[in-house]
Amino acid sequence: MAEIVLDNVVKRYPDGALAVDHLNLEIADGEFIILVGPSGCGKSTTLNMVAGLEDITSGELRIDGKVVNDKAPKDRDIAMVFQSYALYPHMTVYENMAFPLTLAGTDKDTIRQKVGDAAEMLELTQHLERRPANLSGGQRQRVAMGRAIVRQPKAFLMDEPLSNLDAKLRVQMRTQVSRIQKKLGTTTLYVTHDQTEAMTLGDRVVVMRGGIVQQVGSPAFLYDHPANLFVAGFIGSPSMNFVPATLDGGTLHSPLGDLPLPDEHRRAVESGAKGREVIVGLRPEHFEDAALVNDPSRGATVDVTIDLVESMGSDVFAYFTVDAQLGGSGGLDELARDTGAEMGVGGVQVTARLEPTSRVSAGQPARLWVDTSKIQVFDPKSGDNLTARVG
Amino acid sequence: MSTIETPRRKAAWAAVDLVVLLYALVPVVWIVSLSLKTDGTLNDGNFFPRAITWDAYDQIFNNDDFLRALLNSIGICLISTFVALILGTMAAYAIARLDFPGKRSIVGISLLIAMFPQIALVTPLFRIETAIGIFDTWLGLIIPYITFALPLAIYTLSAFFREIPWELEKAAKMDGATPFQAFRKVIAPLALPGVFTTAILVFISCWNDFLFAISLTSSSNARTVPAALSYFTGATTFEKPTAAIAAGAVVITIPIILFVLFFQRRIVAGLTSGAVKG
Ligand SMILES: Nc1ncnc2c1ncn2[C@@H]1O[C@H](COP(=O)(O)OP(=O)(O)O)[C@@H](O)[C@H]1O
Ligand SMILES: [Mg+2]
Repeated sequence: MAEIVLDNVVKRYPDGALAVDHLNLEIADGEFIILVGPSGCGKSTTLNMVAGLEDITSGELRIDGKVVNDKAPKDRDIAMVFQSYALYPHMTVYENMAFPLTLAGTDKDTIRQKVGDAAEMLELTQHLERRPANLSGGQRQRVAMGRAIVRQPKAFLMDEPLSNLDAKLRVQMRTQVSRIQKKLGTTTLYVTHDQTEAMTLGDRVVVMRGGIVQQVGSPAFLYDHPANLFVAGFIGSPSMNFVPATLDGGTLHSPLGDLPLPDEHRRAVESGAKGREVIVGLRPEHFEDAALVNDPSRGATVDVTIDLVESMGSDVFAYFTVDAQLGGSGGLDELARDTGAEMGVGGVQVTARLEPTSRVSAGQPARLWVDTSKIQVFDPKSGDNLTARVG
Repeated sequence: MSTIETPRRKAAWAAVDLVVLLYALVPVVWIVSLSLKTDGTLNDGNFFPRAITWDAYDQIFNNDDFLRALLNSIGICLISTFVALILGTMAAYAIARLDFPGKRSIVGISLLIAMFPQIALVTPLFRIETAIGIFDTWLGLIIPYITFALPLAIYTLSAFFREIPWELEKAAKMDGATPFQAFRKVIAPLALPGVFTTAILVFISCWNDFLFAISLTSSSNARTVPAALSYFTGATTFEKPTAAIAAGAVVITIPIILFVLFFQRRIVAGLTSGAVKG
């Protein structure tokens, strides 16, 4: 158990690449923290610095109040699960899991006991004598977990531990990781580029971009109050819709139609003079089929032509396009690159998540209701959320 | 590519294997057969001897020059292999693990050395060695052997080293190992198959050398078996000691077979599989 503090930590690789820029993070004892962000944003680098596998260029890393910048990995008492699992191929599952204990000079009986307990927790008991080469991907992943938990370290570090599993196994293992962490109560720093893992696993989520922390908070807080365009677009699936708009007093003129802003929002964006350009963010579930809304006057209604309808049983996803250009606003282009989406080709695509009873159909015009109380307004240049504190 | 194993397919592969094996083994069996024939039946056209005699073996094992050559061969080749492996391991480790300027040219130049025609070096080497006084000594053969074994060792070892999942070293450190423990308990066991394979290749290439052995020696002081065999004389000047040469050839094959068998058990194929991914 340990408290880990990163204080203005910077990592510059010898080739000059700045991988992590003034990172500040306080991880409480027993907390499950997720580092999330697109590939190359410095997540692994951060993890490796905490592990001691990479030097810290400047700043301080403290574990339980002690500066450990210059301590070797073995003196930090931290266990790590690698993306590739990094199992020792010449050792059996038992020997793999026993390895940290053997190195620590633990006596044989204790080792047998601890490995046995861990194997039971991970359902590996009948595989203990096998070698990694003869195990399935899921089993290897569990061995890697087992090797980390047997020695009851101060903290776990996990670098995309589930990304080599197929989708179904990943969901299973996700709940197992969560259960193990809750049971052991060990401080955990978990790296992923998958926002679903971030949302479902962590007590708190740290969103990174280009080596800089964008926002830290609980999954629900990040979802409802993203600090900027990047976080708003990264968290949530399907992701938030962005539409350019012009601010005119209490009304947003957008290609969707005119959206009146609730009072609280209006005060928050007050500084914006008349005619200010903004980007409006709307989550898919904040649309609804206007025919199914009791009191449409609470929000706004817009008329669109639906391109495509996907019925998922529990929801209906309706896709439509609005005629607009989003340009390369703060972080949006990077998000698009990460998801492989094309930017600004043939307008902006919008996703709406509707009740399953909705009658909208592809190719037909539809009247949709927008919950304007949930609107997020962003500055197009900086990407900052002007309404971050609202609600 | 289809990998279905039908009995037919298996039989076909067995047949192909048999042909290759026969092709490779015929000359070996022939030499063994020659070494066991009596003088009179050497040219009788029978592939297998009708009457077996151990005369040829008696003859070579009572020949002090041959025994001395055997000793020279074993000593010179073991020393050359050992030194080439140590230097080669260090160089290959650097090539596989580190990024440094001129890395590619080092590999390129070392391969160039391997391709250099050895015969062109014989005269200069002879002059140098006589000048500095190592002509006809073990050292005089060990040095060129190492020179020509090194490219082979570096190339093979770096190919093996590249295959080692080096993330395991990090994993070992995280598990509490010192750098030396990480090397001894994780990296070394994975690197050994490559080292043994290279040892076999290097040893064989030294063992079979004839060119340097014949040109850089002048007495049984450092003459190795391949060279010594060519100095065998028959009962009379006009009689070729065919059976004795054949027996010598058989005898010098045995250490190689032992060497390979000894190391082969340590080469567990696919040892590194299963370390990473699913
Ligand atoms: N050993 C290295 N040398 C130089 N640059 C590196 C090295 N490792 C990572 N980088 C760079 O640092 C940045 C962050 O990398 P990384 O932490 O691996 O990202 P992530 O894990 O978030 O995908 C990337 O731009 C990457 O190119
Ligand atoms: Mg990474």
